[in-house]
Amino acid sequence: MEKKNFTVSVYTENNIGLLSRIAAIFQKRHINIESITASRSEVNGVMRFIIVVQVTEEQIKKVAGQIEKQIEVIKAFYHTDDEMIYQETALYKINSADFVEDLNIQDFIKESNARIVTVTPKFFVIEKTGKRHETDSLYEKLKPYGLMQFVRSGTIAVTKNEMPISNILEQFDTTN
Amino acid sequence: MEVKTASFEKTASPKATTVSGAEAVIKCLLEEGVDTLYGYPGGAIMPVYDELYKYQKQIHHVLTRHEQGATHAAQGYARVSGKVGVAMATSGPGATNLVTGIADAQIDSTPMVCITGQVGSHLLGSDAFQETDIIGISTPITKWNYQITKAEEIPEILAKAFFIARSGRPGPVLIDITKDAQFASLDFTYKKCSGIRSYKPTPEINLIEVERAAEAINNAKKPMIVFGQGVILGGAEELFKQVVEKSGVPAAWTILGLSAMPTDHPLNVGMVGMHGNYGPNVLTNECDVLIAIGMRFDDRVTGNLEKYAKQAKVIHFEIDPAEINKNVYADIPVLGNVNETLKVLLELLKPNKHEAWHQKFKNHHQIEFDKIIKNDLNAERGKIGMAEVIDEINKCSKGDAVIVSDVGQHQMVACRYSKFNQTRSNVTSGGLGTMGFALPAAIGAKMGAPDRDVVAVIGDGGYQMTIQELGTIFQTKVPVKIVVLNNDFLGMVRQWQQLFFEKRYASTEMINPDFITIAKGYHIKAKQVSKREDLKEAVTEMMQSNEAYFLEVKVEQEENVFPMVPTGASVSDIRLE
Ligand SMILES: Cc1ncc(C[n+]2csc(CCOP(=O)(O)OP(=O)(O)O)c2C)c(N)n1
Ligand SMILES: [Mg+2]
Repeated sequence: MEKKNFTVSVYTENNIGLLSRIAAIFQKRHINIESITASRSEVNGVMRFIIVVQVTEEQIKKVAGQIEKQIEVIKAFYHTDDEMIYQETALYKINSADFVEDLNIQDFIKESNARIVTVTPKFFVIEKTGKRHETDSLYEKLKPYGLMQFVRSGTIAVTKNEMPISNILEQFDTTN
Repeated sequence: MEVKTASFEKTASPKATTVSGAEAVIKCLLEEGVDTLYGYPGGAIMPVYDELYKYQKQIHHVLTRHEQGATHAAQGYARVSGKVGVAMATSGPGATNLVTGIADAQIDSTPMVCITGQVGSHLLGSDAFQETDIIGISTPITKWNYQITKAEEIPEILAKAFFIARSGRPGPVLIDITKDAQFASLDFTYKKCSGIRSYKPTPEINLIEVERAAEAINNAKKPMIVFGQGVILGGAEELFKQVVEKSGVPAAWTILGLSAMPTDHPLNVGMVGMHGNYGPNVLTNECDVLIAIGMRFDDRVTGNLEKYAKQAKVIHFEIDPAEINKNVYADIPVLGNVNETLKVLLELLKPNKHEAWHQKFKNHHQIEFDKIIKNDLNAERGKIGMAEVIDEINKCSKGDAVIVSDVGQHQMVACRYSKFNQTRSNVTSGGLGTMGFALPAAIGAKMGAPDRDVVAVIGDGGYQMTIQELGTIFQTKVPVKIVVLNNDFLGMVRQWQQLFFEKRYASTEMINPDFITIAKGYHIKAKQVSKREDLKEAVTEMMQSNEAYFLEVKVEQEENVFPMVPTGASVSDIRLE
């Protein structure tokens, strides 16, 4: 079976140590995590991890099963790229002198729908949200002008289909 | 509003009393029905030990000689009694010494709660004396773990710990309690945990799947059952027997399934796996429907997966959804506790006998008997063989003893030849294969089943991994029977060296001490036999002893265990020699 990108969405209780419990499941199977983010979810008090890995479908099925087995994991879903809406955010820090002197840079920013977040006499910070290839392309353009710093977030993603997470939680409330 | 993430029994609990965190720990154990626990004291857990001193009339703390021994004793206790085993240790080295037992309990689904002391919460992360991140260390080998830093958390967390350890597919839970939380006081009330919203212990039964399973079994010409520990953990032994008897399906066991059904039952066709019986291994690749019940297709059971039961329709009765399709694809997965799914199945089954198919198992058994079993049991060669010893134990126990085996050749022989009438009688380290398991596990087993004879069968290698637990036996006077099958070798490794490494016996020969003198040093009755004519009497004397007894049997040094499925081979390519 061929390896492809899978995004695992893990809904969990907010618990210290859960991240390492989940990470250990990938580690045990020698799977590299491409990106991971954690944030609150649409449900009060429930966290959502978004983990991107490159594996076969057979592997991801088993991994999701093992993740879901963890006591504080409410549910783990996995999706392919075309089942998700996903984005990444990148920050580019540039020397102010370059920015003012070189009109190219200003064009790049406009063309790529990037946004200026901060301006100081010494540096500018530009933010670009989009797909990996978009943030990469802006990176390539800005690189020759001397990027002072660059950083990119993990993938964040929502599914096209509904996530039945609230139902699962409601069930517990009514049966217990 | 606080979100409700767990539910607790609403039983009227008595008025809250103010106690220390340490006392609360003991009160929680009592509330959970714990009467025995195993452990070892030290700085960070001293407040709890101080309370144990006060409560010693209500709860029996067994001081093992090593924390690993405490975990194995708790496992032995849990395996025979079905209750949650409890082990306790101090922080740092005390906690890390628990690791092997926790890993063993995790892979063998044994309900256990481990309680560790931890440095004061103000010291966490400061590399304080005896500070170890035992939560980090134990994360991949626990069903759940949690660090308590506030006394108020103790009742709720311990209630969850016991609920998690025993429910669903059981497993080990570790609770780490900082020293300040043990000293601080709280208003104590206790409610047992009855549910956790992110945790579903038992999946709902899908009746359609059970119906499909029944139909497949009813239509099968050559069906075969492989049953594992799930039958025992689900308390489904009786139901399982009815399923087997009604359907007439030959039933084979995995090493952890052993004793779920009497070994002499006519439909019991023996053990599957690497050193299992010839018939069930070969016929795994001939059956038309393979019915797996409460087992997880371990690689020691399946051999080469590419050549495992490919011709068969596979039905998998299993409580843990993550086990479905993990190693072997299930054509019909039946999720749920076997205690419930088999009940539905039983009603749907048509009575059958499968006589011709059974005859095949008998024929294969005959081949194995002529080639192997006959020689194993009636050896005419010089030294005593391992199987002869097990056979003598059977003759004395009549199949009613608990046999606790360690890991190696003697384990395989003990499991192949022991007779069992009762469930929860075979205690062995299956998934982890932990040498050193048996001696402490036997201590726990005897305490968990005080009315039964408990015989530990151990190799000379594994015995020396936890030999210090003789001290625990001496101190508690627990009347376990210890048999060391001494071949002066790490026999199982030597067998592999002989078969696959051209007899290069690298570091497998053991120059052993005088085991009798060691036992005597602990004031344990001890005897050595090396002649066949003395064996019967020695075993009988041991079995009749009312006190702890140590029997060393000098056995054939270079005996091999057969049949054998070499690694990478198919189960049907099992070797008889
Ligand atoms: C803790 C541990 N270390 C190493 C092993 C690998 N191992 C498996 S069987 C075995 C030999 C056991 O020798 P002994 O206890 O004398 O039993 P025998 O095979 O001779 O009956 C070894 C070293 C193990 N299973 N457990
Ligand atoms: Mg040996």
